[in-house]
Amino acid sequence: MLLDIQNLKVEAKTDTGWTPILHGVDLQVNRGEVVGLIGESGAGKSTLGQAALGYAAPGLRFAGGKILFEGTDLLSMSDRLRNNFRGARVAYVAQSAAASFNPAWRLLEQFCEGPQIHGTATRKESEAFARELYAKMHLPDPNNFGLRFPHQVSGGQLQRAMVAMAMACKPDLIVFDEPTTALDVTTQIGVLASIRQAVQSLGTAAIYITHDLAVVAQMADRVKVMRDGREVEEAPTREMMAAPREDYTRSLWAVREFRRPERKLADDAPASIRVAGVTAGYGAIQVLKDVEFSIPKGATVAVVGESGSGKSTTARVITGLLPPQSGHIEMNGQVLPARLQDRSKDQLRQIQMIYQMADTALNPRQTIRQILSRPLGFYRGLSGKAQTERLHELMDQIELEPKKFLDRLPGELSGGQKQRIGIARALAADPEFIICDEVTSALDQLVAEGILRLLSRLQDETGVSYMFITHDIETVRAIADEVVVMRYGQVMDRGMKSMVLDPPRHPYTAELLASVPQPDPDWLTRRIAEGAA
Amino acid sequence: MELARTIRSMPFTAMLGIVVIAVYAVVAIFAPLLAPYGEAEIVGAQFEPWGGAFLVGTDNLGRDMLSRLIWGARNTVGVALMTTVLAFLIGSIAGLLAAARRGWVDMILSRIVDILMAVPSLIFTLLALSALGPGVMNLIVVVAIMDSTRVFRLVRATAMNVMVMDYVEAAKLRGEGTWWIIRREVLPNITAPLIAEFGLRFCFAFLTISALSFLGLGLPPPLADWGGMVRDNASLISFGDTTPLLPAACIAVLTVAVNFVVDWLLHRASGLKD
Repeated sequence: MLLDIQNLKVEAKTDTGWTPILHGVDLQVNRGEVVGLIGESGAGKSTLGQAALGYAAPGLRFAGGKILFEGTDLLSMSDRLRNNFRGARVAYVAQSAAASFNPAWRLLEQFCEGPQIHGTATRKESEAFARELYAKMHLPDPNNFGLRFPHQVSGGQLQRAMVAMAMACKPDLIVFDEPTTALDVTTQIGVLASIRQAVQSLGTAAIYITHDLAVVAQMADRVKVMRDGREVEEAPTREMMAAPREDYTRSLWAVREFRRPERKLADDAPASIRVAGVTAGYGAIQVLKDVEFSIPKGATVAVVGESGSGKSTTARVITGLLPPQSGHIEMNGQVLPARLQDRSKDQLRQIQMIYQMADTALNPRQTIRQILSRPLGFYRGLSGKAQTERLHELMDQIELEPKKFLDRLPGELSGGQKQRIGIARALAADPEFIICDEVTSALDQLVAEGILRLLSRLQDETGVSYMFITHDIETVRAIADEVVVMRYGQVMDRGMKSMVLDPPRHPYTAELLASVPQPDPDWLTRRIAEGAA
Repeated sequence: MELARTIRSMPFTAMLGIVVIAVYAVVAIFAPLLAPYGEAEIVGAQFEPWGGAFLVGTDNLGRDMLSRLIWGARNTVGVALMTTVLAFLIGSIAGLLAAARRGWVDMILSRIVDILMAVPSLIFTLLALSALGPGVMNLIVVVAIMDSTRVFRLVRATAMNVMVMDYVEAAKLRGEGTWWIIRREVLPNITAPLIAEFGLRFCFAFLTISALSFLGLGLPPPLADWGGMVRDNASLISFGDTTPLLPAACIAVLTVAVNFVVDWLLHRASGLKD
């Protein structure tokens, strides 16, 4: 056995003392084996993964248990020995490669740093090994790839370079912490294939941390499900995929039960918002080219595409933050002024926005009451009793208890609750139309589903129209009536959900759909065989 | 409750700093009651030794050294405080405006600040003061303007970080005006670094004024201020008398105390736990 974590306890520092976040967890990894750790945020999977390096993040401490690496306890080791051991025998791959590379150094320099420090290889040897790994990971021009700087390669390539770097010292174990979460689906599939191939060909053992069940099914031999710092269950991947024992695991498996039936809209249904031939960009860079679609009253239109496809820029044009170079925006048949500053208060009120990151969308220094009462006073002139009444009504609508939450600060709320406040702030204006910008992508699956249910209930109650920006096909399937597929700032396809997606009408839509990992352990193998990666 | 917990979690150095600052404040406020003699009153012979009627002797004109140290707290600290407040008013308003408006407003303000910062500040202050003539008001305004450039840069940078937040965008989309956004969305989020910077700038203003006094362009005589007192009695050093070091020590102790407190505030603002 390579790694044997026994009854590990980790505590986090809080204002009042130390709170346990890992309550005695075991983890065994054999040579050459890939173990998947899966769970929602706060489950302790990253903490456990980092413990495999004998590392506790700032503000955390080991409170008990053993971390045996080939029989040696990492916790009782001297700092110097542990530093020698890290990087050389165990390596770590973080979620964001962009943040893990030094932007001022070439990739190859950073690759060779580890072997040099640990004295595992000469400069010449590690350069040759880098080229070998770059080729194995299907990076372009592997002989010269290392001469580039981090900003000169794409996100997916950088993530692969990061994996290669982790392998530089030929470690026995690599900890992958959500290495593909920040990537687009079409990029993710290539990175997953590269990681799997590299791990298999070198016989490296790995701990693969993710919240995505479909991903772990492709990568791991064995899966451990975690929740609130405890193990829920552990089993070989195929066994667990076929027959999960615990209810919690089953709830993770039951992917998105929520599915709103598609509503058929008449061809001449009045449009709430129409994006009419919009071309826009920043300076000389053109981001949108002749974008044309409309959002019918009371309907949900999902705008899908990868990062850089122009989804968010379209939203900026609609809100007036970015005046278009040509084309215009219509609301209820009337042309809106292009610039935010030229729009009337009532026009501003009609278009509201809900953001992806509730953390940055709510001012951390304002109470929920302050956040929600401002639009009420600003647009409606509500104050005093009328305002309080409307506040309570809003809180009821988003299913949060007014008494409990109104006087809290955003920092005292959970991610899902914060997102609900963001929704309430948009609703407070009584808008005609709400732009939802990736509103569920930062949330855990179960929480996200709650938000989707809430949004569709609110639509039924108020008749508001949604433009739903997302890169997640499952979300589209769950909530949309119509779909707009975007790529390179152009609309590839648009129409009713069923017509666009089932079966995919446009080849790019087909590629997007096929890149979404499926909870089937053979999916990646099959896709590679089909030539996808 | 909150206050009690803050005090208990405070490190020793910060506590010490606060106590020292409090003592200085008391001395400055109650100077007329505490000082045994008047500020410019000649009460003895020149350079009388320590002890006797004069606890720490007299100065070059025969004024009581202790009394002048006490009065000096009021003048030096008071002027430094006013300078810092003025510097913060100018710097913050300009910085917030530059961050909120961007474009040509930012361009013009930033270039003016660049020009002011390109000239060595002591030399610029000396020039301006010789042109305007010494005097308490001139001194405060000139030093405040020089100091406001640093405040401007800090405020502009921190405010820009806040301006890109989604909640500011949400406020813009709502149709809020620039000043509302600055007051309600930006200012509450940058107060922590501003308070810390206030302490630091206060130290610098204080040192600048003392330095100017030492050069003869600070507070006009016969006002007692610590920088001037060092200069007036400097000749004693060659006789092995430590009297001129007393006002210098007053400056040093306050500077260190303020820095202790500022360090602690900065640490708290940065959100680090250890």
